[in-house]
Amino acid sequence: MPTMNMLQAINNALDIAMAEDDKVICFGEDVGVFGGVFRATSHLQEKYGKSRCFNTPLVEQGIIGFANGLAAQGSVPVAEIQFADYIFPAFDQIVNESAKFRYRSGDLFNVGGLTIRTPYGGGIAGGLYHSQSPEAYFTHTPGLKVVVPRNPYQAKGLLLAAIRDPDPVLFLEPKRLYRASVGEVPQEDYQLPIGEAEVIKEGTDMTLVGWGAQMEVIGKAVELAEEQGIACEVIDLRTLLPWDADTVVESVLKTGRLIVSHEAPLTGGFAGEIAATIQERCFLYLESPIARVTGLDTPFPLVLEKEYLPDHLKIFEAIRESVNF
Amino acid sequence: MTNYVHQPLFMTGDEFSMATFSLLDPEGELYEGAKEPDLPRDHARRLYQAMLATRILDERMMAAQRQGRLSFYMQSTGEEAAVVGATAALDDADMIMAQYREQGALMYRGFSIDEFMNQLFGNELDYGKGRQMPIHYGSRKLHYMTISSPLATQIPQATGYAYGQKLAGDGHCTLTFFGEGAASEGDFHAALNMASVHQVPVIFFCRNNGYAISTPSTEQFAADGIAPRAFGYHMHVIRVDGNDALAVYEATRQARQIAVEQNKPVLIEAMSYRLAAHSSSDDPSGYRAKSEEEAWRLKDPILRMQKWLLKKGWWSEEEETSQQETLRRDVLDTMKRAEKRSPPPLESLITDVYADITPELQRQFDQLKRHIRRYPEAYPRGARSLDLEVNTSTDSQGEA
Repeated sequence: MPTMNMLQAINNALDIAMAEDDKVICFGEDVGVFGGVFRATSHLQEKYGKSRCFNTPLVEQGIIGFANGLAAQGSVPVAEIQFADYIFPAFDQIVNESAKFRYRSGDLFNVGGLTIRTPYGGGIAGGLYHSQSPEAYFTHTPGLKVVVPRNPYQAKGLLLAAIRDPDPVLFLEPKRLYRASVGEVPQEDYQLPIGEAEVIKEGTDMTLVGWGAQMEVIGKAVELAEEQGIACEVIDLRTLLPWDADTVVESVLKTGRLIVSHEAPLTGGFAGEIAATIQERCFLYLESPIARVTGLDTPFPLVLEKEYLPDHLKIFEAIRESVNF
Repeated sequence: MTNYVHQPLFMTGDEFSMATFSLLDPEGELYEGAKEPDLPRDHARRLYQAMLATRILDERMMAAQRQGRLSFYMQSTGEEAAVVGATAALDDADMIMAQYREQGALMYRGFSIDEFMNQLFGNELDYGKGRQMPIHYGSRKLHYMTISSPLATQIPQATGYAYGQKLAGDGHCTLTFFGEGAASEGDFHAALNMASVHQVPVIFFCRNNGYAISTPSTEQFAADGIAPRAFGYHMHVIRVDGNDALAVYEATRQARQIAVEQNKPVLIEAMSYRLAAHSSSDDPSGYRAKSEEEAWRLKDPILRMQKWLLKKGWWSEEEETSQQETLRRDVLDTMKRAEKRSPPPLESLITDVYADITPELQRQFDQLKRHIRRYPEAYPRGARSLDLEVNTSTDSQGEA
């Protein structure tokens, strides 16, 4: 099985999707000859031509508006927004248009073919405009699906599933891991399920939930906890909307403790949604308050990003406090 | 090639003057030097009848709104020639992505009075399943994209849709309607730029009707209307008399040729006037002079087309009278039927959010059903949908 980094896995998934279906069309800022600012679309224009892989003008609302129309026509657009920080000019097209196309037309028209790819998150010394995790804005929008892979294997399988999914999917790529995360990825076509969480590690004392780049950090915290004899169960949500509450509930019923971690600010973050659901469904089984380990309620900093980010030590401390509650 | 000058030369655009293409004068006579378009008798009659039917539908439904039978309505009075004239120049399978005031396009393509009414009353037969306000029509069969309320969002979507048509090579184009107010939105500029760069067969049709709700066009843009913006995007453009159905038809017919044969976008600016209010919630007497409206009534697009048809002998006073009577009766009868129909089933609350109902949506729906079973009188439509007995007098049609 070949080894790939996350960008190679994404590129490989796009290549497979475009080869299989000539309705699949990739576009965005600099995605043509250059292959995208991170090179996720490298060589696709060479292989599939300028009509199926091309640069757009620098206009995010135009990219998604165009993609909505293209998807409504029956094509399968994979639109790239160069950084998730720059998705907000397209917010109206995503929230009011992509998400509601099927519902408002009574299914006369839909944009199910649409996938929006965008790199998110910190850890690359990107400062406040190249580090945000805007997932919570979109998880408040019925009609969208929000998917976040954690490694190259996930990225390929989930992206292929997103492109073929009958609903519009926002695909958030953890850019810190683009080259840092390397692993075995099957060369052939495969899909991972959207809407299902994955239990990465089983344990009895504590449940830890996260997604994307945060899974690696959670993994390190869990190693520290296990040295202290605390057995952690680790869940990667993979899809944030619609999210797999049942898998988390099942785990918390067993462990009685839950920690959710994300890079985005605390207030209004998706961890709050998980905490509310779990206290509703697991109230009598909880041994300690549900803890959230997140970024601060500030814009994302530049120089002090290590201090800002929820790292393995902050999560380890939350585990200790939970166990000793 | 760079054209150097050696003295500062500022330009304002006043150097260009956009002419307005017009064929018929207000009396229905061809202007001197004007050439009648190749519009056969039956086609001309179809165009005119759709304009007339739109006017009558609008009058009746506005009255129904005033009677409290309908929560909301928007008229296209004064702009029928712009909308129907453009639609008549398209192939019936070309896509139309409209703003909200283009019922004339649907009328021309054969959307039935029943179909209009079902949407207006949001009943069980409404294609949109009672989810959107009145006038948000859509028809897959008639290639008419379901209307979306947020302004101008359809314009870049039209560029994308037309790009897909170009790749499919089916010889079709997309026409998108919008008002001069919508042309202030970023979506408009995004759409024109992308269409121009990517050589897309799309027609951007601006209905310049003078007002965006209460804001006159003089407060919407400083330049000479919308048309000159096309120069900046290196795009074909024409300004046309929007109250002259023949001129709109001919301009759009030629625009379609450019779009489909050359894969290029075209901008059309139709100069017209919104004779009626913006919507049923609006009162134009608060922001414009009656005399201004009266001056535009003399240029009524329907009368102009009618006079031309009468002169050609393609239409008669008798047909006019009988068509008006038939339509008025048809609208009233159909409205009564549509009002009485059941609302969409309760399940339509959760269908079409996703292709498949998610477990969480199903859980929320089951909880809602349990609640309605406990308090059926408080939710009469939902209760009836669940076959529970309720006192029908508590339910009122036309709730906003």
